[in-house]
Amino acid sequence: MTVEASLAGRTFPPTEPYVVTRERLVEFAHATGSTYDGGAAPATFPIVVAFGAMTALMEDPSVGISLHRVVHAEQRFTYTRPVVAGDELTATLTVDTLRQISGADIIGTRSEIVDAEGRPVCTAFATLMHRGEDA
Amino acid sequence: MSTPLAGLETGTELPAQTYTVTRADLVRYAGASGDRNPIHWSDRVATSVGLPGVIAHGMYTLALAARALDTWAGGPGRVRELGCKFTKPVVVPDDEHGVEVVVRGTVKNVTDEGVQIALEVTCGDQKVLGMPKAVLGV
Repeated sequence: MTVEASLAGRTFPPTEPYVVTRERLVEFAHATGSTYDGGAAPATFPIVVAFGAMTALMEDPSVGISLHRVVHAEQRFTYTRPVVAGDELTATLTVDTLRQISGADIIGTRSEIVDAEGRPVCTAFATLMHRGEDA
Repeated sequence: MSTPLAGLETGTELPAQTYTVTRADLVRYAGASGDRNPIHWSDRVATSVGLPGVIAHGMYTLALAARALDTWAGGPGRVRELGCKFTKPVVVPDDEHGVEVVVRGTVKNVTDEGVQIALEVTCGDQKVLGMPKAVLGV
């Protein structure tokens, strides 16, 4: 099956606020072989918040995605400022583009990540490839 | 505050960073990131979907690239842009040695806003990330 064609341009509700604690930053830094010095989070840390938004998209029954057919094809971040401990972050995902190539849906997503005051922190662009049953 | 980035010129090659990835790293990353897809820890599941074995999370490999950027920049918090395509999987064997990932960087452009860096991330003789690039604030 292919995903719902009207998905392009759709914006999903913001994710629940994610509270960034020192413990989570230490854990993430250690997991990638770095150390957390009390300041800026590792650059790829916002994926944790963006992942929540992508999961909501993929699990929405009206979208028509089968989770096990999804491949993370591309990821890009642009940062307004680094994430720090104490941030409360939400991600709002919009499907920017939807293309069909040889039986696969190529879904271009943009998650705007903002702090508790709604100020921009980071934009996470993810391209998800959803393989059709025959692809 | 001055950083090692100040004074870099277009064409400068940054010192290559070599990282070892083991199964234990993938388990830690699964926990820290929330991505618990079994293709990153179960050979049975990975091979059932046509993979050669357990593979590293693409985002783990990109995190290693970010780690190299922090090393070159003299600390975290200077990355303004970072992105790549996930082109080839990093297969991680179930032994204590793991597999090596090498991150190289070349300065592409230097402006008042930042230093643009073209990355090359390899495992063995294969590039595992497609067009990885970053902009670092100076």
